[in-house]
Amino acid sequence: MSLFSDKKEKTGLRLPDAKHLVLSSSPHLSSSADEGRIMLYVIVSLLPAVAAGIWFFGAPALRVILYSLVFCIGAEALWCFLAGKPVWRTIGDCSAAVTGLLLALNLPPGVPFYVPLIGAVLAIWLGKQIYGGLGNNPFNPVLVGRVGLLIALPALMTTWSPARGMESAEYPQHAVFGMAEPSATVTHATPEAKECDLVTCATPLGVASTSVAAPGKYRFEKVDNSAMWKEYFIGRQGGCIGETCAPALLLGGILLVLFNLINWRVPLYFAGTVGVLTAIIHYFAPQMTPTPVFHLLTGGLLLGAIFMATDMVTSPISGTGCVIFAIGCGIITTVIRIWGNYPEGVSFSILFMNALVPLIDRWFVKRPFGYTRRRKEV
Amino acid sequence: MSGLIVSALVMGVLALVLGTAIGIFVKFFKVKSDPRVELVLELLPGANCGGCGCAGCADFAKAVASGKLQPNRCPVSSREQVNAIAFALGVDPGEGFARRAVVCCSGDKYQTQMRKFYNGAIDCAAANMIGGGPKGCRYGCIGMGNCAHACPFGAIEVINSLAVVHQELCVGCGKCVTACPRGVIKLVPANSSAHVYCNSPEKGATKRSLCHGGCIGCGKCERAYPDQFTKTGFLASVNYEAEKLPGAEEIEAIKCPTGALASEAGHYESEKNAGKGENK
Amino acid sequence: MNKSSRKVMSFTGGIHPVSAGKKLTNTHAVHTAPLLERYTVLVQENAGKAPEVIIKPGDKVLKYQLLAKASGFVSANLHSPTSGEVAGIIEVPGPMGVPALAIDIRSDGEDRETDPFEPIPDWRSAEPQLLLDRVADAGLVGMGGASFPTRVKLTIPPGKKVDTLILNGAECEPYLSADHRLMLESPCRVLEGAAIIGHILGIDKIYIGIEINKHDAIAELERFSEDYGIKIIPLQVQYPQGSEKQLIHAIVNRVVPPGGLPADVGCVVQNVGTAAAVSDAVTLGIPLVERIVTVSGKVLKDPGNWKLRIGTPVIKAIEFCGGVTDEPSKLILGGPMMGFAQNSYEVPISKNTSGVLLFSRRRALNYRSGSCIRCGRCVQGCPMGLCTCLLATAIEGGRIDLAEQNHVMDCLECGSCAYVCPAHRPLVQTLRLAKAEIRRQRAAAAKANSGK
Repeated sequence: MSLFSDKKEKTGLRLPDAKHLVLSSSPHLSSSADEGRIMLYVIVSLLPAVAAGIWFFGAPALRVILYSLVFCIGAEALWCFLAGKPVWRTIGDCSAAVTGLLLALNLPPGVPFYVPLIGAVLAIWLGKQIYGGLGNNPFNPVLVGRVGLLIALPALMTTWSPARGMESAEYPQHAVFGMAEPSATVTHATPEAKECDLVTCATPLGVASTSVAAPGKYRFEKVDNSAMWKEYFIGRQGGCIGETCAPALLLGGILLVLFNLINWRVPLYFAGTVGVLTAIIHYFAPQMTPTPVFHLLTGGLLLGAIFMATDMVTSPISGTGCVIFAIGCGIITTVIRIWGNYPEGVSFSILFMNALVPLIDRWFVKRPFGYTRRRKEV
Repeated sequence: MSGLIVSALVMGVLALVLGTAIGIFVKFFKVKSDPRVELVLELLPGANCGGCGCAGCADFAKAVASGKLQPNRCPVSSREQVNAIAFALGVDPGEGFARRAVVCCSGDKYQTQMRKFYNGAIDCAAANMIGGGPKGCRYGCIGMGNCAHACPFGAIEVINSLAVVHQELCVGCGKCVTACPRGVIKLVPANSSAHVYCNSPEKGATKRSLCHGGCIGCGKCERAYPDQFTKTGFLASVNYEAEKLPGAEEIEAIKCPTGALASEAGHYESEKNAGKGENK
Repeated sequence: MNKSSRKVMSFTGGIHPVSAGKKLTNTHAVHTAPLLERYTVLVQENAGKAPEVIIKPGDKVLKYQLLAKASGFVSANLHSPTSGEVAGIIEVPGPMGVPALAIDIRSDGEDRETDPFEPIPDWRSAEPQLLLDRVADAGLVGMGGASFPTRVKLTIPPGKKVDTLILNGAECEPYLSADHRLMLESPCRVLEGAAIIGHILGIDKIYIGIEINKHDAIAELERFSEDYGIKIIPLQVQYPQGSEKQLIHAIVNRVVPPGGLPADVGCVVQNVGTAAAVSDAVTLGIPLVERIVTVSGKVLKDPGNWKLRIGTPVIKAIEFCGGVTDEPSKLILGGPMMGFAQNSYEVPISKNTSGVLLFSRRRALNYRSGSCIRCGRCVQGCPMGLCTCLLATAIEGGRIDLAEQNHVMDCLECGSCAYVCPAHRPLVQTLRLAKAEIRRQRAAAAKANSGK
């Protein structure tokens, strides 16, 4: 009696020809994350800020956001088409959509269509594709676009419209923000008031940088008080579409951390450094700068710290590196805000630190397992 | 006004101090250079290919000026350029022959069986480690272009997953030879024009099952021109030391059954046109 | 001991791969494969030098008969998996993708055995050297994957002192459950083998590290472990928990220096499968000719664990599982994280084959050469703390020297980085390429130095 297997002749084996088996290196499994999904999660995290922007600034903000999205995706597609890259795959990774959204959030509401157009071309072409596309850009593309616009079109880029609620009678300090008396403003801002095209106002940082010290009085008392802090926090202040509403930005930040998309150290240390530095300076020279609360809630600090400085491509890889990077951003922002020509310095500081990322990556590498101290290879 | 004066003063003092410092450094830390090295460097092509075995043209110029190497070691320079260098230095240009690279494989994606689906890094050496890459033959060109990347002269083109050397651009620096993980690329005398485009020592039948372009070792070429061809095992090779190297005429006469033995022009033409018939 | 209060050990870095794969097979008892007509036993089953073949084509062989004799210190004996005739020494597709020499044995269907060794049931009173010789004679190699001859691992280099034996039952690779079933079904063989190895080395501190997803195996081993004086250490489910360096770090909190061996920190690590084989070799006197292999994959009709003899072609293992229900696109020998993709169904099972996996096109990782977006997930996931993405970028740019400075040689090739990479870059392949190149350069430099 043979012990041979009777399963020898097996029919119905649908094995492919051996030469059709895929050969590849190990590992043969992967996690479900891919670039497109990461970018989608970023977009999801941006939605609260986008919604807040539309709520506070209305139809003009929505228009800017749509323009910016369309132009960014269009610029990417055009470049890929001209450069002979796969167009749909590049669009498919959603990175252009993220750039478009972030660029819109960094523009004042109510800018004409050519502002996002120029910004999109600057961001996508000059900020990203010229270096070889996603992953190879040394600078945050959005900030390249924004800073380019800020320098090229300073008037348009610093014309702010008031947020919803600022025209109401309860809003404190109308006069300070460049608007007329409450009663007059209400008539101007209503849709029926056709005689005016645009109502503008100032940003808190702008007001602060131009306020003049009156003898014996706190120089920033009009913009820097607890009543105003409340208004700033919920987003009732002049500014870019996405930078005013702190709760939406914080929610986005929490989402990003939950999705494991950003290093939590970056926003924390960035905002923390600005807070600590301004606190110190304010304590010793209150006439020089407003309180740290004012600094944290106004301008693009939260937007920058949560969404711009944490951009994976242009921030350091190691945890220590991220801390150094964020502290650097914070210092430069504070310096520009207090001593610089521009009232706001978040964009410049992040761009500057972007340039240092390769160095930071080099200096602050993780110590590999088993190395007790840095040793030189022989 | 006072600001103007102060800044002018500061700049002036700075300029003075730095200028003096530079002067001192130039005086005390001067590096003596041989003018002949400069001369040779000017006459060299400046491709920095490393084909001479030195680390770039400057290094070679130093070696030539000090007499360690002969000027003809530069593979890029023409005979006239070598003579010019030799004349300038008053040395012997050296005897020798120019070399050129040949990718000894005709296994493009139409000839060889693309036996394995390969998924991974587009790099010959990396693919070679994963079961030998996408082609069936273990000796042939992998076709991912490590040689093309290594070539400083852009002389290698990958056509249909097969590297082909453009002989008019190749200077024989040998960079591709070291870049190839399979050792398919050989340096041959520049005046040769026909080669055996196969590198596999396997049995004829095995080769035939893997690749239609490989040499099956029939010996036709060796029988016809015993001086110019030798067959070792299942692989024929051109005897590059022969007095008369085989040319188009011999190729025509032999009619290699697989096309492994071909003239350079014929090989390039056939690769260029490969697969075009199938599309019709 | 209260299970919930017990500390679960782990290491830093690493990843948490999807756990679904293990469920395909971990509840299936081990089947014994029926006898086949033909076995192609690879000559070189072990790392190091190939053994010397001592039979000729046409010879009649018996089961357990010596086929090839170890040709040096780092080499291992090879025994026949069944009785029959040696048809020849042929080239078969090898597990590394290149053809390899194999002994073609045509089975006579009778499966007659020889008794190669005297069983040593009272090994506790035996000389350690005698047991070590038995381990060497039985052709034991590390069954976890590296197939390093066990004799070498159990011979402590002079000047080193070991005090701890760690048995690796982590089985951190997804899909594999061969070690799990082994520990569950024959806990005493594992424990006895561990005790024998401890006796050979003269150590009594013996730990078995097991990931807590195999709680039934932990419970089963703990029932008997007291008798052997062996401690069972539950480990967190984390890949690569079963890597030597990570396992030592997790269990005894010692750090193996870069380029060092476990013996440098007084440890010896063995796979549980090897321990079971040691027990068989010593107490039953049988050499290593079969092992438990997980044959798994969603496309298989009936995935399971099989006791396969060495030399069984992979196609037979697939047939034992009833064939496939869907077209596979990848055949892998070993685990999905570190195993090798095959391009032939004729590859034989060898002593270190822990799994045969068939993946469909959807399941298998599809590498793309997208560019790095510097998300840093590979850096978080690297158990060795390497900046994998920067290393790979440097290597792609031709800066192998830069990669060497940044410790690319410490890479375990565990695959954590490529698993988490959202761009699906072939990171492991790139790093492996650099390691091969650096090794080649170092060998060339050493040769040049010795020539001078």
